[in-house]
Amino acid sequence: MSLLEVENLVVEFQTASGPFRAVDGVSLKVNAGEVLAIVGESGSGKSVSMLAAMGLLPWTAKVTADKLTFNGRDMLAMSDNDRRKIIGKDIAMIFQEPVASLNPCFTVGFQIEEVLRFHTDLGKKARRDRAIELFNAVGIPNPEERLGHYPHQMSGGQCQRVMIATALACNPKLLIADEPTTALDVTIQKQILDLLMRLQAEHNMGLIIITHNMGVVAETADRVIVQYKGRKIEEADVLSLFESPKSAYTKALLSALPDNATGDRLPTIAEFLTDQQIFEGAVR
Amino acid sequence: MTGGSKTFGPPVFQRKKGLAPMLRFIFGRLAVLIPTFLGVSLIAFSFIRLLPGDPVMLMSGERVMSPERHTELMNQLGLDRPMYVQYFDYLGGLLTGDFGSSIVTKRPVLDDFVNLFPATLELSLCAIILAVALGIPAGVLAAVKRGTWLDQTIMGSALVGYSMPIFWWGLLLIIFFSGYLGWTPVSGRISLMYFFPQVTGFMLIDSLISGQAGAFKSALTYLILPTIVLATIPLAVIARQTRSAMLEVLGEDYVRTARAKGMSPFRVIGVHALRNALIPVITTIGLQVGVLLAGAILTETIFSWPGIGKWMVDSVFKRDYAVVQGGLMLIAGMIMLVNLLVDVLYGLVNPRIRH
Repeated sequence: MSLLEVENLVVEFQTASGPFRAVDGVSLKVNAGEVLAIVGESGSGKSVSMLAAMGLLPWTAKVTADKLTFNGRDMLAMSDNDRRKIIGKDIAMIFQEPVASLNPCFTVGFQIEEVLRFHTDLGKKARRDRAIELFNAVGIPNPEERLGHYPHQMSGGQCQRVMIATALACNPKLLIADEPTTALDVTIQKQILDLLMRLQAEHNMGLIIITHNMGVVAETADRVIVQYKGRKIEEADVLSLFESPKSAYTKALLSALPDNATGDRLPTIAEFLTDQQIFEGAVR
Repeated sequence: MTGGSKTFGPPVFQRKKGLAPMLRFIFGRLAVLIPTFLGVSLIAFSFIRLLPGDPVMLMSGERVMSPERHTELMNQLGLDRPMYVQYFDYLGGLLTGDFGSSIVTKRPVLDDFVNLFPATLELSLCAIILAVALGIPAGVLAAVKRGTWLDQTIMGSALVGYSMPIFWWGLLLIIFFSGYLGWTPVSGRISLMYFFPQVTGFMLIDSLISGQAGAFKSALTYLILPTIVLATIPLAVIARQTRSAMLEVLGEDYVRTARAKGMSPFRVIGVHALRNALIPVITTIGLQVGVLLAGAILTETIFSWPGIGKWMVDSVFKRDYAVVQGGLMLIAGMIMLVNLLVDVLYGLVNPRIRH
């Protein structure tokens, strides 16, 4: 049994000009200990499909799926109350903008201990000890002092470490990282990715990395899903994707990497393919 | 409102450790108050003198007063001196803490203010508590239920409340609740049946201290309508401000994070979002204090509430120069003090300013 199983997920938003389909029939599976990367351009529905799986989309979104289970439990059928007992505990998520993702009015200590307060039976002292332990695990120096700091007193990289520590607080079975390094500068990107991979291996977590960075994919993933305009175009293990991409879109995507640029301009997908050509090779 | 051109909006604290920066900030704000005080004193002094008539003429009433007697009285009161002499006399008094004495009653202005202010304070406090207690939840509810009939009802009512003239609204309530239903008294602070010494000046508290049966209930029934009338505009403003602040905050990433942590909607909205949304709302509440005191003048007149609002209006009608200019200075001082407190509170709520 897979940790997370999604079949034919469809997400529609009600807009002034009628329904807009952000995710169109995506299916995926993640096993414990596996790293899945979802790649695609902006607007390809990568984040939306994961937010839908966690039930975090606004009420204007209509989510349907043939199957949406976590650990064998149907996430669509369960009550909001039951779902809230799982998310933040067994499924955790970290986001793109670490500084904006932390509440500016509360200390980081409050924000990490809050998760422990709601999902565990730990007492006040035990929660604080656990927070210090987590800060140590993600490499935040002086954790005792840092717990009393506010997000604006920390750097972007430190904030992302806090987010990761918060996500790991209850030893989740699945971690979803939505563009975890996009807002950080290059040297910090590497550190955060290394940290994520180390923690994933240590805890044997399922890890979904949402990214548009092929470098991140190559570095981290076991398996890759390529999405375009809300549809899954290709799914392959990481080696075969880079060595022999099957779909025309993936080939074009790899050709569009800056490394492959010749001349003054960077290559773009539109130079290679039309939408129709892209969807012809799509898988479900 | 707080005086000075650069003081509108959030204050900026120096990035230093300890109590010193806070003290320096407070002293800095106090220094800005000096030109404000001078401005208010000049306005208070000159505007009342722009009104036609003088105190002596109005004291004589229906009876005819000879020009000689009029000149003599004006001379006695020192009102025949040149304007600048009178102004500096008044200013010199203010600097030594002397707010002058009423031309009509001869009582010191400060004594009357101290006697009457608790009545206004009690009314204003009840009004602001009502406005905050209803305005913030109403604004939050409207933001969370954005675009629904509930949102439209709340914001529609807020617009009506904000636009309604206070005196007309007060009269409507009196006609309905006092006249038609007979539930509440029309004017005053407490029924004539009760008499007890003034301890705190707050009728609700004093009536409890007195231990007289029914006194507290009586004070409460007298307080309800004026409180509602005075709270209406601040309530509308606070509800609208809370809604817009809340809408902005609800779209923030940290709200999504709180939901991703599995927090209940109540906690996400009531703790994570509200704490941030309150920052602009607190500024608004501080600014409403000036509105409250202005509103108190009308409200106290409608309900014959014996506070400083009614006192000021009566003094204007009697051209009691000393009371108007002294009273205005005291009211302005209260407003400045409250704004200073709000700025300090702002720093306490918003850690980005504190650190």
